Amino acid sequence: MLKTREDLTSLRQALEGRFAAQVKKVLVCAGTGCVAGGSLDIYARLIELLREKGVNCQVDLAHEPHGEEVGVKRSGCHGFCEMGPLVRVEPQGWLYTKVKIDDCEEIVEKTVLGGEPIQRLCYKINGEIYMTQEEIPFYKKQTRTVLEHCGHIDATSIQEYLAIGGYKALEKALFEMEGQQIVEEIQRSNLRGRGGGGFPTGRKWEQARRQPAQPKYIVCNGDEGDPGAFMDRSVMEGDPHRLLEGIMIAGAAVGASQGYIYVRAEYPMAVSRLTEAIQQAREIGILGQNILGSSFDFDIHISRGAGAFVCGEGSALTASIEGRRGMPRVKPPRTVEKGLFEKPTVLNNVETLANVPQIILRGADWYRSIGPENSPGAKAFALTGNIQNTGLIEVPMGTTLREIIFDIGGGMRDGAEFKAVQIGGPSGGCLTKEHLDLPLDFDSLQKVGAMIGSGGLVVMDDKTCMVEVARFFMNFTQNESCGKCVPCREGTKRMLEILERIVAGQGQPGDIDLLLELAETISATALCGLGKTAAQPVVSTIRYFRDEYEAHVNEKRCPTHNCQKLKRYYIDAQECKGCSKCARNCPVGAISGEVRSPFVIDQEKCIKCGACIDGCSFHAVKEG
Amino acid sequence: MSAFMMVDNIPVEIAGEENILAVIRKAGVELPTFCYYSELSVYGACRMCMVEDRRGNIQAACSTPPREGMEIFTNTPRLRKYRRNVLELLLASHCRDCTTCEKSGKCKLQQLAHQFGIHNIRFGQLSDEHQRDESSLCISRDSAKCILCGDCVRMCEEIQGVGAIDFVGRGSRMKVAPAFHEPIANSSCVGCGQCAAVCPTGAIVVKNDVERMWAELADPKTKCVVQIAPAVRVGISREMGLGTGENAMGKVTAALRRLGFDEVYDTTTGADLTVLEEANELAGRLASGQKLPLLTSCCPAWVQFVEKNYPQLLPHVSTCRSPMEMFGAVLKEQLKTSTRRIVSVAIMPCTAKKFEVARPEFKRNGVSDVDYAITTQELISMIRQAGIVFEELEPESVDMPFGVSTGAGVIFGVTGGVTEAVIRRLSDDKSTGALRAIAFNGVRGMESVKETQVEIGGKTVRIAIVSGLANARPLMDKLAQGQCDYDFIEVMACPGGCVSGAGQPFAAKAEKAKRGQGLYQADRMSPIKRSEENYAVTALYDSVLKGRVHELLHVEYVNE
Amino acid sequence: MTNAIDFTVVDGIVARHGAEPSNVIAILQDIQAQYRYLPREIFPYLARKLQMSAAKIYSVATFYENFSLEPKGKYVIKICDGTACHVRKSVPILEKMRESLGLSAGKLTTDDMMFTVETVSCLGACGLAPACTVNDKVYPSMTPEKAEELLARLREEGAVC
Repeated sequence: MLKTREDLTSLRQALEGRFAAQVKKVLVCAGTGCVAGGSLDIYARLIELLREKGVNCQVDLAHEPHGEEVGVKRSGCHGFCEMGPLVRVEPQGWLYTKVKIDDCEEIVEKTVLGGEPIQRLCYKINGEIYMTQEEIPFYKKQTRTVLEHCGHIDATSIQEYLAIGGYKALEKALFEMEGQQIVEEIQRSNLRGRGGGGFPTGRKWEQARRQPAQPKYIVCNGDEGDPGAFMDRSVMEGDPHRLLEGIMIAGAAVGASQGYIYVRAEYPMAVSRLTEAIQQAREIGILGQNILGSSFDFDIHISRGAGAFVCGEGSALTASIEGRRGMPRVKPPRTVEKGLFEKPTVLNNVETLANVPQIILRGADWYRSIGPENSPGAKAFALTGNIQNTGLIEVPMGTTLREIIFDIGGGMRDGAEFKAVQIGGPSGGCLTKEHLDLPLDFDSLQKVGAMIGSGGLVVMDDKTCMVEVARFFMNFTQNESCGKCVPCREGTKRMLEILERIVAGQGQPGDIDLLLELAETISATALCGLGKTAAQPVVSTIRYFRDEYEAHVNEKRCPTHNCQKLKRYYIDAQECKGCSKCARNCPVGAISGEVRSPFVIDQEKCIKCGACIDGCSFHAVKEG
Repeated sequence: MSAFMMVDNIPVEIAGEENILAVIRKAGVELPTFCYYSELSVYGACRMCMVEDRRGNIQAACSTPPREGMEIFTNTPRLRKYRRNVLELLLASHCRDCTTCEKSGKCKLQQLAHQFGIHNIRFGQLSDEHQRDESSLCISRDSAKCILCGDCVRMCEEIQGVGAIDFVGRGSRMKVAPAFHEPIANSSCVGCGQCAAVCPTGAIVVKNDVERMWAELADPKTKCVVQIAPAVRVGISREMGLGTGENAMGKVTAALRRLGFDEVYDTTTGADLTVLEEANELAGRLASGQKLPLLTSCCPAWVQFVEKNYPQLLPHVSTCRSPMEMFGAVLKEQLKTSTRRIVSVAIMPCTAKKFEVARPEFKRNGVSDVDYAITTQELISMIRQAGIVFEELEPESVDMPFGVSTGAGVIFGVTGGVTEAVIRRLSDDKSTGALRAIAFNGVRGMESVKETQVEIGGKTVRIAIVSGLANARPLMDKLAQGQCDYDFIEVMACPGGCVSGAGQPFAAKAEKAKRGQGLYQADRMSPIKRSEENYAVTALYDSVLKGRVHELLHVEYVNE
Repeated sequence: MTNAIDFTVVDGIVARHGAEPSNVIAILQDIQAQYRYLPREIFPYLARKLQMSAAKIYSVATFYENFSLEPKGKYVIKICDGTACHVRKSVPILEKMRESLGLSAGKLTTDDMMFTVETVSCLGACGLAPACTVNDKVYPSMTPEKAEELLARLREEGAVC
């Protein structure tokens, strides 16, 4: 148990020494993506093989390394999920991609023991081979701050976190700063909430600090529900102690001694890593009473979500922690005044809190040197969709979409053309070609009617039907509406109903305007932020792709040939041999003809099931 | 210096209102709402009360606190569009068989749709199939008419502490229902009907026995006798064009005769019997120190609340039947020689009475002592169906031999009334001054929890008076743990007592208080103040009640 | 599998979290972990223990998608229909699974109680799209063919134990 600051300092010194002495390391990515690809088996196999060869391998820093020891680690998500499972080899910094269990032997023999690279496992693109992680274009343009440790230290070890300077910011906050100073430093840094709205974090803390009521709570929002976003998951899994440290600093700043982390039910690994991290911190006395001999008490609890997107909204989230239905409540009172258990509460998102330790340690000026004046710092984005390199990235705020998609993301998949990107999930909007050079920050995005949201970027190519995308998001929002206020509950239901009929070829004149009218009503009158933004994807796709909507409604045509019900099947008379197979396959008797002469499809009867096209041996049935 | 805000360019003083809705209403603008009741927590879900500020921000008035210098507008083109859209969306998912709906004419949705001129709905109708839950004897539910405003849920939980119904599911699949969609009769529902009282639509309505009542009245082989509960005479007035809370007993009596009832009586007679019996019981328990505190038993919803939540505490509940059931038993005994079948009817402010009349405990030889409990609202409906112009009726008095009533009996209809009447009975000082002292001893007023102490026979009796069942919970929880600071606890399920009963026409808080005042006025006008001075009642002990007091006036609720 | 409820297990779960209404979600989660669904009998039982109405507990249980009031299969397959998976064609995988197991949007569990197939809004495994999970284990980059293979493997495995 660490009783004083000096105890921590001496422990850290010891760990730093061991960390530095451990020259050879193999870091196996243990993020959800790579684990799904079998990385934990790879990890176990590597240890087994090394032990067979008589090599000492060490997974934590429990003792002083000696001789030819190899550190084998389970690291946080490297972000390059597309190429997983990933294995990083140190000291060379080589990154092996798509590693299979059968590759382990070679990795041990050739690389770990022999010091030779295995070229076939290295990342290749456009005929070039990239040996080290840092050279790979995907990483080269990134600025990793919140994600700096992911991939570089063992995510499950408090020793490694301490060895690279973890909890130094907490020390500074506890012993060198007053609560008010911490708040001021965060205010000066102009850190803005990473969960969507971009509200200044320091101001929130200041308001909570001023509240007279006790106790106060720090609540960390880890209910990352936006489909297509997994930044927070990667932080919780990959660098859990960094998050705990941020929460504790927030506690010290506003005078709270209880923290809650609300984690989505779909993130079981985040729950287990955080639980383990909290346990480790309690064991050495980083969490508990009179932490390091100061007057600061703090403990952290984990609340697991139970499957409701709306719980990402602050008052719904606190309701859920309190064991109630996650239905947002009217404001005021605001969460800083009456939040969790009706007490003053700071509610911040995972990435926001994970930014805090470095701001405290390196100062607000350092933080403001990254990114633009009004949106400083770096931002993590989850890059997904029809793009070459899917994965998790972190770039300075203000980076353009073009840099992200084409430099880091490697451009479109299968040589397709870029059409749009959905930013900010179901509450956000879409950006198109005309926005490729738009700097991504809170204010620029707001100007074009989009929002950064939690940072999901779903890239779509020219084969994507934007009406269908809007329908998809509306289906999501409608399904996730809590049902409390009329505009969201009934309005999204009707918007979905209209979108469904449009993609099914049943669109009616006036539908587009009706969608816009409903969208306006919902945005202006819904109770909570999620309701107010629910119609965003529809509004922004209508704004940029109104012609696609019109083609669906007026011509009953899907310009990208995506919408099943709008497909038109016809038989190419040139190629049809008149075998009658299609007519026999057709479930509704829509195909007729004379044997040995071309058949025809009755468009009135056709239900677009595709049985004819699947069954034709001569590829005579076409889609148009 | 008082604070002001601008409502539609008119300065309005802010005088401690919690939200701008109250300020706006004070300014004479009736903002539409579905989910706002000042007694319940603010829910903010219907969004009808939205207002716009000078910058074009839209906010719900019910949940926005007033601030000095605030400028809001209540009727802008945008607001009208949004309100109309909200109404249109609600109607699109709502049953639209208005003409046959129980609530027609009193439905807020219908009224606002009319007010805002919603004549066309641009969406397909997607209302639920009618899934009527008729399991309760007190209320009917129909989810096809529910707009999910949650008023019933909050009433049931926050004010009544019952929690029989709640939201089930979420989003557009959300419903209001008991656990597992069980029939409401199998739930913890106590039949107080307050959910129906606040329901803006026909989704929860009070059971209606009007048709059966007409059949009985038309049957030549029946003799219909009727008793009128105290709270009815003040509850009926405003709806029938009289002053709010005005005592309309004479007109109600006249109306009932016109409707064809053969004999008309006043439930205060039963109340006087209750006072005598309950005072006796209290004196006995005080003397023995057993089964204290004594809990009142007049309110059938309260009795059911104890049965369903604290069955182990049933022995504390007074064995006295309710005034209605005491009088019912007496009437059936009095009239048993009649050649016609006696149909005993009670006009009640209450929905739970419909359950009470059907209880097996109140059947003797398979015949209920009271056959029908008809609510004030049902009575109004019968009067209207019969074409009787209530305002113009000449008042009449009730029939003998029970034409004598007391002030003690009439105040049963308001919270604290039972207690006051019992104290009058037990107090040794029978002077007029003593009456006043009792009245100002903390028993009166619409507060939900009142405490008082009186000296009876040299002993201090500690009393609590509670209305709104949620307020009874803490006392009962303590009592269940063997702790109690009281000797006598009066509980009425409805906030404010029977004047606020769910069988009464809907009323806001202020109107309910006026009804209570109406009853105290009737007390003041009554020449007899104390139950023991009602000679028509005391005479009964030498006639029908002789040797049968226990059988006719008491009951034992069995813990099943 | 017997469906008898061992209330001592429930008592243990309640004791671990504390018999407070604010812990009801965590308690329900642990009960579901035990039985793979929320048996009806526990509602009145918890109502008494936690001093809250059964309607309220039911209300909470039906708000959250993860709670099931119906027994689930031995293998709970969740197919991600988040944006990234949707864009990379997760729907055909869902259709394949349902077709192969004779399930539909209305029928989620096979009669032999072996498989439950449902969709989930986003697993956060977007880099692996389209993804699915079987009892929380993530399977990346699915195709309808891989889905068939996966089912076959699970069937074999399930038959053994």
